[in-house]
Amino acid sequence: MKPIRNLVRRGKIGNRLNRGMGGDLLVLFFVGTFVAFAGLPLVFNVMHSFKPLGELFLFPPRFFVMEPTIANYVGLFQMSTNMWVPFTRYLFNSLWITFAGTLGQLVVVSLAAYPLAKHVFPGRAILNQTIIFALLFTTMVLAIPSYVIMTHIGLVDSHLAIILPAMQRTVGLFLMVSFMYQVPMDSIEAARIDGCNEFKILWKIVMPVVKPATMTIIIFSFQELWRSTGDGFIITENLKTLPVAFQQIQAGGIARAGIGSAATVIMMVPPMILFFIAQQRVMETMAHSGIKG
Amino acid sequence: MPVTKSRKLTLSYQIKKSWISYLMIAPFFILFFIFTIMPVLSSAVLGFTNFNMLETPNFIGLTNFRHLLVYDDVFMIAFRNTMIFALVTGPLGYVLMVLLSWFINELKGVVRTTVTLIIYAPSMIAGAAFFIWFFLFSPDAHGYINGFLMRWGLIYEPVLWLINPNTVLIIIMIVQIWISMGVGFLAVLAGFKAVDKTYYEAAAIDGVRNRFQELWFVTLPLIAPQMFFAAIMQLAGSFAVWEISVHLAGFPSTEYAASTIVAHIVDYAQIRYELGMASALAVILFFIMVIVNLGLRRLFINKISN
Repeated sequence: MKPIRNLVRRGKIGNRLNRGMGGDLLVLFFVGTFVAFAGLPLVFNVMHSFKPLGELFLFPPRFFVMEPTIANYVGLFQMSTNMWVPFTRYLFNSLWITFAGTLGQLVVVSLAAYPLAKHVFPGRAILNQTIIFALLFTTMVLAIPSYVIMTHIGLVDSHLAIILPAMQRTVGLFLMVSFMYQVPMDSIEAARIDGCNEFKILWKIVMPVVKPATMTIIIFSFQELWRSTGDGFIITENLKTLPVAFQQIQAGGIARAGIGSAATVIMMVPPMILFFIAQQRVMETMAHSGIKG
Repeated sequence: MPVTKSRKLTLSYQIKKSWISYLMIAPFFILFFIFTIMPVLSSAVLGFTNFNMLETPNFIGLTNFRHLLVYDDVFMIAFRNTMIFALVTGPLGYVLMVLLSWFINELKGVVRTTVTLIIYAPSMIAGAAFFIWFFLFSPDAHGYINGFLMRWGLIYEPVLWLINPNTVLIIIMIVQIWISMGVGFLAVLAGFKAVDKTYYEAAAIDGVRNRFQELWFVTLPLIAPQMFFAAIMQLAGSFAVWEISVHLAGFPSTEYAASTIVAHIVDYAQIRYELGMASALAVILFFIMVIVNLGLRRLFINKISN
């Protein structure tokens, strides 16, 4: 008993309680294999974007690039400086939708998740169940009803048609509720006794503990909205998003396949950078706070 | 709000007392009602009509459901495939996801983040990720798998992986597992990281002797809410398979061998414009998923503490 404690305190084993060599090797092998498979499409997409036109359509296809060229990226840059609607306009639209939708979702979802996880009120169980049921209904048949509703409330051809639905993602709410279950009731009660109102408790006590959920929602929402094409709700060219602009470039046919693959890589980069930053933040915060069941 | 036992509380009193809770959930549920509940309900109603996107829908009762369940052969294939995905790929992917998060939790710093990113990437870039599997399973002698097997003399002529009804489903299942490390994976991983270190020390003192015992007796019970979240996401994901099938096996696939319920819905909705039928199918799918979800809930219900 005592020796273990002392070893932990002196940092000799630290995180290494109950860890053996064999298990470590198993972990390395398992993770390594999976990473190799999961990494394939990333490497391939990057390789592909550096291939000259001749290599893109080579048969049999090659995984690795033989004569790398940046012509595809140069071509993409030239095309985007030469558009009817300025390229920066599409970029701004995408950034605005992504930012507003993600921030809006965080606010709306956190506000709703706190009572659903930590308050007792009539209807709570039904609402919690409804969120899960809503996740189970396929979105494939919702296009027409959604369009009719959007027309009735006058949101067609505005960015709000993308931003407002993005704010009520049940995945985000369900995730937030799951993490808020683990916030200790003691600290909430203590804050109540100190005279904090529920909004202040949410902001000061609950939100710092559920930072991993916040970061995961940011990652998930960003990647979804960043590749949003507007779901058919946006008609005016000035309001369209970056993926639409890239689709229009790619629609130019085989001659633009190289530029298209460069565009794919460019679209991949921002969500990945954000993912990296957000995940690093998750780890830093978790060093300070922990789940206490 | 804590319920006091001394006073018998009437429902209206409870509702009045909880006004702050209702105020906080209001923004979400107003948006949710407009953008999710209303479309879902209207779609469910359309399931009882012959809506074809051109004519005014007429109410035709249960005709769509009868057609699907009795006359539609493809529905039976799609149903069988979807159940295979739900009962095999779903649990397999789930176990794999928990193992991966558990293993990644042993890593630190930038290595950990990079590994997480790479494993998450297929689900992030979705559409751009599929075509790598084409090169692997290309049906001619130039496909990587065929080429490899032929070079080693294991087969003598190329296997038509994505065309043969016997092999295509297995390949789609592999790809589905590969792509299912999504938001559920991130949640469980964050859960692992969040477990307070003192629990492991206490467990070691109490006699936990290896990492498997630690996982089973300490970690998993503590992160039950994240595990439940991931299970629901995995369930929803494995019932919703269609893009992989369409990308790899074609649309329709040979003898509809790779069809799924959602692929069948897309067929009705976007190719045949029989939206009434598509909606009826969506309702059937919903009820299948609700039943499976209730089973899942039973597994987890006692473990999610309030």
